[in-house]
Amino acid sequence: MARLDRAARSLFLAELLAGMRLTLKYMLKPKVTINYPYEKGPMSPRFRGEHALRRYPNGEERCIACKLCEAICPALAITIESEPRADGSRRTTRYDIDMTKCIYCGLCEEACPVDAIVEGPNFEFSTETREELMYNKDKLLENGDRWEPLLAKRLELDAPYR
Amino acid sequence: MSSTLVPEAQADQSGRTTQTVEIDSHAINFGPQHPAAHGVLRLVLEMDGEVVARADPHIGLLHRGTEKLIEYKTYMQAMPYFDRLDYVSPMAEEHAFALAQEKLLGLEVPERGQWIRTLFCEITRILNHLLNVTTYALDVGALTPSLWGFERREELMEFYEAASGARLHANYFRPGGVDRDLPAGLEDRIAAWMAGFPAWLDDLEGLLTRNRIWRQRTVDIGRFTPEEALAWGFSGPCLRASGIAWDLRRAQPYDKYNELEFAIPVGRNGDCYDRYLVRIAEMRESVKICNQCLEKMRPGPVKVQDHKITPPARADAKRSMEALIHHFKLFTEGYHVPRGATYTAVESPKGEFGVYLVADGTNKPYRCKIRATGFAHLQAIDALARGHMLADVVAIVGSLDLVFGEVDR
Repeated sequence: MARLDRAARSLFLAELLAGMRLTLKYMLKPKVTINYPYEKGPMSPRFRGEHALRRYPNGEERCIACKLCEAICPALAITIESEPRADGSRRTTRYDIDMTKCIYCGLCEEACPVDAIVEGPNFEFSTETREELMYNKDKLLENGDRWEPLLAKRLELDAPYR
Repeated sequence: MSSTLVPEAQADQSGRTTQTVEIDSHAINFGPQHPAAHGVLRLVLEMDGEVVARADPHIGLLHRGTEKLIEYKTYMQAMPYFDRLDYVSPMAEEHAFALAQEKLLGLEVPERGQWIRTLFCEITRILNHLLNVTTYALDVGALTPSLWGFERREELMEFYEAASGARLHANYFRPGGVDRDLPAGLEDRIAAWMAGFPAWLDDLEGLLTRNRIWRQRTVDIGRFTPEEALAWGFSGPCLRASGIAWDLRRAQPYDKYNELEFAIPVGRNGDCYDRYLVRIAEMRESVKICNQCLEKMRPGPVKVQDHKITPPARADAKRSMEALIHHFKLFTEGYHVPRGATYTAVESPKGEFGVYLVADGTNKPYRCKIRATGFAHLQAIDALARGHMLADVVAIVGSLDLVFGEVDR
């Protein structure tokens, strides 16, 4: 009887039809794809995207050139040079990140004692040339200014865990 | 390509000589750009008609010198390299490195840290098996499973991202625990996902398990007896498919695996079909493990509170001088691991993934040998594929679950 049952199932393509019924069922479900540039997937406050250098609310840049990020960077993507400024405070004269080397591990952000260098929510920073991905201090500060409301929000949300 | 020249060259009427060349076998290049080669596998296949006479894997196209690079990085900097070995199951690899360091450092990880790591190792296992099973089906000709599977993977990667900040290269496990606690609400989201997953897995099985095309392509293909599987150094689902219930989670439990109840699915025939079945069954077991983890998890510290090894909380570093000193020391010099050597292996989704770590008492590893699972599996490809048809090689490669980040290192 079992053999007859198996033969009948085989003859009438039972498992193939069952599979097709399944795919038809899925076809009639609401679609799961999103219309990407207009719709985006969810993102948590911990997401590690494009870097930014932040400023204090009074406009003073946060980075004090302690070079912890440069030291911890596993990919050696960060280069920093520093000098005392005219008012005697220590600031960077050069802060470069080679975004082609960066592996987005998040250690620079973790190392920064003043929350200056952060990895922001932006992941759409592809460029046409390689040179454009060699970020300098101006570019990073500009990123910071552009994303600051979001960056501050993210840090605030994640602060209890850090 | 070997060929026989038939010696008698004949001159035809116009005076030109012609030779008859008889070709015995063809050598075919399979990969490295072939989509079914799972990355950058280059197989040189000597064919006898459509039958494989010899399969010769050529590796090294993704060699990045990870082991050597790690010798020049502090322990903390070396962690991201492990994500990039087997990039389909990043946290499982991190786990091996973290456990190796903990063994040398003599650390006792807090309960919650262990639970989180166990939870994410099992999420990683589902992630890995979802990719493997569905792309394996894709190689064999079934498109739908991969579309469905990637939808589920996407949701799992959101959990990854919520916990670690990256969808793939997490850098989340640390010696002594994990980087940060899980954000509020994530546990409930994972539990909700786990509740719905088995039903989805039934649907996936509905497409494949009894499907005649799938069975014709996988049953009795690439068969290994238990003895052969052991002799070739198999581990993980590939070994279990041959009928040997060997699982490091059970044999030498690490973290919280000794407090969990789970079964070790075992195959009977050791062929491609059984490897598929074992992986499906393992996903079901992983769901059970995850549910137990979520149930038993209690609030508490997630990493060792020894700030010579783990960074102090940021709020502390801004108030306490000592914490700030620890913070600076840790991110510049790192921590020193006492002199010693350890071989620490974990049951990664692909099998036994081991790290042989030699520490010389400094802040950088003296040597870090990585025992890649896929490497052992790949070397058996000749034994598995010989005598099979060309199309079966694709099924065998898929069933072995090779990832070249790990094989080439």
